[in-house]
Amino acid sequence: MKALVIDDSRVMRKIVGGILVDAGFEVVEAENGQDALDRMAEHDDIGLCCIDWNMPIMTGFEFVVEVRKHAEWRDVTLMMVTTEGEQDQIVRALAAGAHEYVIKPFTPEVILDKLQFLGLVEIEETV
Amino acid sequence: MTLTADTFDFVATLVRQKSAIQLERGKEYLVESRLAPLARSAGAVDVDAFVRGVRGDITKHDLVVEALTTNETSWFRDINPFTVLRTTVVPDMVGKGRRELKIWSAACSSGQEAYSIAMIIADNFPGIRTQITATDLAENMLAKGRSGEYSQLEINRGLPAPMLVKHFERTGPTFRINQQIRNSVTFRKNNLLDQPPMGGPFDIVFLRNVLIYFDVATKRDVLKRVRGAMAPDGYLFLGAAETTIGVDEAWERIQVGNSSVYKPREGK
Ligand SMILES: C[S@@+](CC[C@H](N)C(=O)[O-])C[C@H]1O[C@@H](n2cnc3c(N)ncnc32)[C@H](O)[C@@H]1O
Repeated sequence: MKALVIDDSRVMRKIVGGILVDAGFEVVEAENGQDALDRMAEHDDIGLCCIDWNMPIMTGFEFVVEVRKHAEWRDVTLMMVTTEGEQDQIVRALAAGAHEYVIKPFTPEVILDKLQFLGLVEIEETV
Repeated sequence: MTLTADTFDFVATLVRQKSAIQLERGKEYLVESRLAPLARSAGAVDVDAFVRGVRGDITKHDLVVEALTTNETSWFRDINPFTVLRTTVVPDMVGKGRRELKIWSAACSSGQEAYSIAMIIADNFPGIRTQITATDLAENMLAKGRSGEYSQLEINRGLPAPMLVKHFERTGPTFRINQQIRNSVTFRKNNLLDQPPMGGPFDIVFLRNVLIYFDVATKRDVLKRVRGAMAPDGYLFLGAAETTIGVDEAWERIQVGNSSVYKPREGK
């Protein structure tokens, strides 16, 4: 499955992308919401987006709202990955159609736990 | 490494006697790194000196044992057991007419397991009352569980965002689980080497990721006591690396999907 990593920080894209590659995803990157919409249109097999909130041109939140207007992207899993951790922001993102929410900073296990829960990677039981 | 063999042996023996946790030779680094903070705050020059001081002071022994426990846990750890709970175990109990479930989260660490169970039942079986008894040896973990407050990093570990939004409130830098869920869990100190806690007989027991630290004889004893504290038609969940097979044959293993759950065999 392809995953789209959307963040204006190159370092952050590498970190998130690295975790996803290790989990077996093919990773595509975007620098902001608008860039991400273009990538979505280009690749028709993106199944997961990891989305920063604050980005220039188009925010992650606006991106989520936009994606949810498109029926053909109905099955794409949207996961916010952001420093924004206020409860009402989490509520807003979920209400707009995001499935999951990871607050930065995080460890690789955090992302993997979430992907398992979402049924996107095989469940590996821990000891 | 400053640890002498004598210090290590004293700590390993103390920990084995008090918790059954096995610390084999070669785990010196673990003892050193876990006790170093205690040594520092006690003002001892190093771990050896700290342990020498503790030897004659039994009031400090529990602290040492606590420091050597591994408290790693997460919300809905491994997911599968919680899916089995929701799709198979609770429906079976409810189908048999249970309106109230008594559940034991044994070796609960900081409470994520107990609260995960409480959230699943509250969300999926609104008419069912739950009384969850959560026990551990480590007082500091019980205190944390009771507070119901978790850091952002702890929240990130396995808690689905919809549940965070539904059952938690942000209080400054931490998130606190709401009172309704907190009220369904009672935290009690209990050593698995002693008699089971009050609150039974239990319909469902989670005994996960703790038997791995024990030798076979202790595993067998613990499983036997747990069985004695359960309803005859109850269910037991173990950790992914744990099983009753080859340890205590009084259990029947039931495979559900790619996970398993155990039931006491009749007449045992
Ligand atoms: C790795 S945690 C498991 C937490 C949780 N059950 C889970 O699966 O995520 C193991 C816990 O067992 C506790 N423990 C170890 N020996 C014990 C004993 N003899 N009696 C009670 N608790 C014990 C430790 O304090 C620790 O919190």
